[in-house]
Amino acid sequence: MIYARGLVKRFGDFTAVDGIDLEVAPGEAFGFLGPNGAGKSSTMRMIGCVSTPTAGELRILGMDPVREGPAIRARLGVCPQTDNLDPDLTVFENLTTYARYFGIPRAEGRRRAAELLEFVQLTEKSGSTVDPLSGGMKRRLSIARAMINEPDLVLLDEPTTGLDPQARHLLWERLFRLKQRGVTLVLTTHYMDEAEQLCDRLVVMDAGKIVADGSPRHLIETYSTREVVELRFGDDAPATYVEKLAGIGERLDPLPDRLLLYSADGDAAVNEVHRRGFTPSSVLVRRSTLEDVFLILTGRTLVD
Amino acid sequence: MVTTYAVTRVARGNRLSPARVGAVINRNVGALRSGPAYWLVLASGFFEPVLYLLSIGVGVGALVGDLTLQNGEVLPYANFVAPAMLAVSAMSGALAETTFNFFFKFKYVKTYDAMLATPLRPMEIAAGELTWAMIRGSLYTGAFLIVMVALGLTTPGWALLAFPATWLVGLAFGAVGMAVSTYIRGWQDFDLISTGQFALFLFSGTFSPVQDYPVPVEILIAITPLYHAVELIRGITTGMLSWSMLGNVAYLLVMLAVGLYVASRRLTSVLCR
Ligand SMILES: Nc1ncnc2c1ncn2[C@@H]1O[C@H](COP(=O)(O)OP(=O)(O)O)[C@@H](O)[C@H]1O
Ligand SMILES: [Mg+2]
Repeated sequence: MIYARGLVKRFGDFTAVDGIDLEVAPGEAFGFLGPNGAGKSSTMRMIGCVSTPTAGELRILGMDPVREGPAIRARLGVCPQTDNLDPDLTVFENLTTYARYFGIPRAEGRRRAAELLEFVQLTEKSGSTVDPLSGGMKRRLSIARAMINEPDLVLLDEPTTGLDPQARHLLWERLFRLKQRGVTLVLTTHYMDEAEQLCDRLVVMDAGKIVADGSPRHLIETYSTREVVELRFGDDAPATYVEKLAGIGERLDPLPDRLLLYSADGDAAVNEVHRRGFTPSSVLVRRSTLEDVFLILTGRTLVD
Repeated sequence: MVTTYAVTRVARGNRLSPARVGAVINRNVGALRSGPAYWLVLASGFFEPVLYLLSIGVGVGALVGDLTLQNGEVLPYANFVAPAMLAVSAMSGALAETTFNFFFKFKYVKTYDAMLATPLRPMEIAAGELTWAMIRGSLYTGAFLIVMVALGLTTPGWALLAFPATWLVGLAFGAVGMAVSTYIRGWQDFDLISTGQFALFLFSGTFSPVQDYPVPVEILIAITPLYHAVELIRGITTGMLSWSMLGNVAYLLVMLAVGLYVASRRLTSVLCR
């Protein structure tokens, strides 16, 4: 579906995407995980054929995005990072009007619009304009709009950023259904739980480069330990404990507010901390996540 | 002929699809239906030139009396001013759409970003928006022509011929306005546009024959676009056709081709970075 080698995007002398390689297979749910400014949107826009690569090779659905942009876009569904729904049209018209851009006949456009509004649970809002909708509703409408041409490949740029937990879960559930139908999904996110929920495979991006690549499980197993212990020590700076706790677990990462201790066996590590005579004010043993992978790979947290 | 060539070449190079251009127009029809405020804007656009016609053409005309043109023909003043008002309403009707509305969609509501994610090409978007602008302008000019016929300022026959001429005027100004809008930084620039528009309105042979001005001024006016629109339309509604009107048509065609080309290029270079 997507093939990229040495893909580069520069804005003036600033390099936003710095030579990435990608391959996405049909039916896959593929994710770009990375902090703000990592180059996720720039990559998505090149894949969506609305931005020309500065260098490198890119093929989408076996075609060249520069020469065959319209033919590729006819088979893509795009949900951009910021909604660009049409405020002058109703919810229903947003879909039917968009259908016309793809050359879908009126009656067929109306049929699909009704079906998609049902799918994203917006049927009651059909006659409303876009402005009064909540953020989650707008996002769902954007996704419905992206599906109007029954695309082979759906691009979702930060589908749930800024939504409350309930709205996010509803969206995830809808996206999961799309995935079950065999639609190829490519999404970006800076939420590790989103990546874990939705992606079969993902790349971790930082400063325009891919720093790791694999399934969420694979990434965690490769770069992190099975469990992570989060320790907080009253008023003392976590960094001062790095030396004192050296040798426990496989790795220690001091954050401003807590110390992360990576270990295959979290409880055993906690016992060792106590045995050395330290009493943290709070102890949390949890399974390792992609957030930890990101921290280990880049030395920084995903969301600050 | 050069422009016809340019227009068809640009069109062919982008394989302009009537269905996709139609889809862009269709969006505006939908917006018109769903937004009641829009009708109000449309109505006010019609009354402005009619009010000018009544106050200046008829009111001032009563003081001025008849005009004797260079070619010796004598024309009631209202008959002289009315076609200029018609040209102005064709211009401002299209400009209202391709400056203010276009800029809003271009910069703020991101209508064109959404369109560019579909198979639509920039040239098709520009052509669709321009056609819509021309349709909007022709609502004004159609109504205005009926007023002119009713007041006896032209004949129904000439009015029928003048109508498509106002389309050309709308397309030409609309295209240039759209190209300019892609360079606009913010709302303050619209003051410049309306000042420019007003200057054209006053000094394009609208209210007095350009031959009344000193020669350098006359030449200056002959370079500006509204002059050509006024000359063309006045020639038709007064029934005084001349070969120089072909020059006016050519001027407007160049505006159309260049404006459309620049606008579609800018859609790509600004939105597809
Ligand atoms: N059109 C642009 N012009 C200049 N710089 C840009 C442009 N788009 C993005 N950038 C820069 O490129 C970097 C990557 O941006 P982006 O791809 O949006 O990252 P992400 O989506 O991962 O947050 C950022 O530093 C951003 O400021
Ligand atoms: Mg982004």
